[in-house]
Amino acid sequence: MSEITSLTEAVAELVHDGDAVAIEGFTHLIPFAAGHEILRQGRRDLELIRMTPDILYDQMIGMGTARKLVFSYGGNPGVGSLHRFRDAIEHDWPHPIELEEHSHAGMANRYAAGAARMPCAIMRGYVGTDLAPHTRVKPVTCPFSGEELVAVPALRPDVAIVHAQEADREGNVQLWGIPGVQKEAVLSADRALVTVERVVDELEPKPGGVVIPGWVIDAVAEAPGGSQPSYSLGITTRDNDFYRFWDKLSRDRDKFEAWMREHVLEPSRDVASR
Amino acid sequence: MTATNEQATAGEVQTVVAARRLEHARSVFIGVGRPSTAALLARMVHNPGLVLVYESGTIGAKPFHIPLSIGDGELAETADAVVSVPEMFNYWIGPGRVEVAFLGAAQVDRFGNLNSTVIGDYEHPKTRLPGAGGAPEIAACCQEVVVIAPHSPRTFVERLDFRTTVGYGDGPGDRERLGFRGRGPTAVVTDLGVLEPDAETRELKLSQIHPGVQEDQVREATAWNLEVAAALERTPPPTDEELTALRELLSR
Repeated sequence: MSEITSLTEAVAELVHDGDAVAIEGFTHLIPFAAGHEILRQGRRDLELIRMTPDILYDQMIGMGTARKLVFSYGGNPGVGSLHRFRDAIEHDWPHPIELEEHSHAGMANRYAAGAARMPCAIMRGYVGTDLAPHTRVKPVTCPFSGEELVAVPALRPDVAIVHAQEADREGNVQLWGIPGVQKEAVLSADRALVTVERVVDELEPKPGGVVIPGWVIDAVAEAPGGSQPSYSLGITTRDNDFYRFWDKLSRDRDKFEAWMREHVLEPSRDVASR
Repeated sequence: MTATNEQATAGEVQTVVAARRLEHARSVFIGVGRPSTAALLARMVHNPGLVLVYESGTIGAKPFHIPLSIGDGELAETADAVVSVPEMFNYWIGPGRVEVAFLGAAQVDRFGNLNSTVIGDYEHPKTRLPGAGGAPEIAACCQEVVVIAPHSPRTFVERLDFRTTVGYGDGPGDRERLGFRGRGPTAVVTDLGVLEPDAETRELKLSQIHPGVQEDQVREATAWNLEVAAALERTPPPTDEELTALRELLSR
């Protein structure tokens, strides 16, 4: 049974220095509030896992939180580059970062294997590319057909963090709209934290709704607006202007740090936590 | 105001030509930017039943506005089905259910292989690009690939810095050897013309040239020695209908 607690307490309890942390949300339901709370609590040396490191991971990488990044697409969706991500890789700023890079299909299958507690996933992919020699993928032969396939290792994060629209008072969670890889991330991890827009008496079934039972979640924390500047379908809308603003602001190290100090590290000013 | 052909910019011609490629397609896989604009234009002008598939899991999206991100709320709200990322790749992309894929890239080589990972050395890149995303499996599995890229020698290179996505590999037979199900790139649509693979050598050749563009201009914008197809065609200029629809779409 998941405990309904404050975001501050949930992060303090579930996220530790050195952990492998998967924060998921595929352009939708990105847990900005939780990521910002990790920054405020000064976690260090994290292995950050995420298919699409966008602005949230750009902020965390720029603030020096990441030891390693496991990912498949590091861009500002629809806008362009992630400048803190690039600065870390191109110039080791604020420090060098280890990369483990995959394709989306590879990452999605790795999460699914982790959720199933399988050691690996079998798929078609990677062959003929320069990615194959730079990442963790191995050839495997189908024992039935003899077809040459590849295997990717399961992802087993220490902790997964996702955002959803609603939880009930028992900590059961429902999200709807683009479901990304959130269910797989929660089930692949040892510990799971879900932030929600609101806690309700009863979850009303939604078309395409994904329900995650409370007993596979360690903590649920209410964080209204906690996916902004991404969005929670039906409750908040995507702040496209912020994604464009970030492209300009984040090019400059000093401006980036000043902005993060003012808007994220000072909790009362954090947009995502309001 | 009626749009006239003379007013079409190179970018508009590129979008219009990409949209024409979807006239008879059942489904198209698209990312944001020009591919998305072209696919929406195709639905307006050529093929109202065209199924738009976005990587975010929205199948059959019918957005009124051009989305900024592949995960904009309007895509989920208008889709026939919204699926998880594992389902998108394992049940929809992998088996080749999607007919055409529109892909972009920072570098394209003569065999239609694509780089979206790094400029320079992988370990110490000069420019770190976003990375593979879904492209390698999309290009391997969708029935055909149309590459959309701006024409310059920085993009159309002799040799990729990194092969993120396989087109025809090192030439004839490579896709078959790698076990790919899709046919591979059938066209590269640029702001100057269209390149198509030679039926035998698989090398991209100039097959179509846009209004007002000279052959030399295209060759100069290509770092390899670009050959011209025997039957080089002049792109029919955008019609009033195409141009008016495109401008209306962009103004929404």
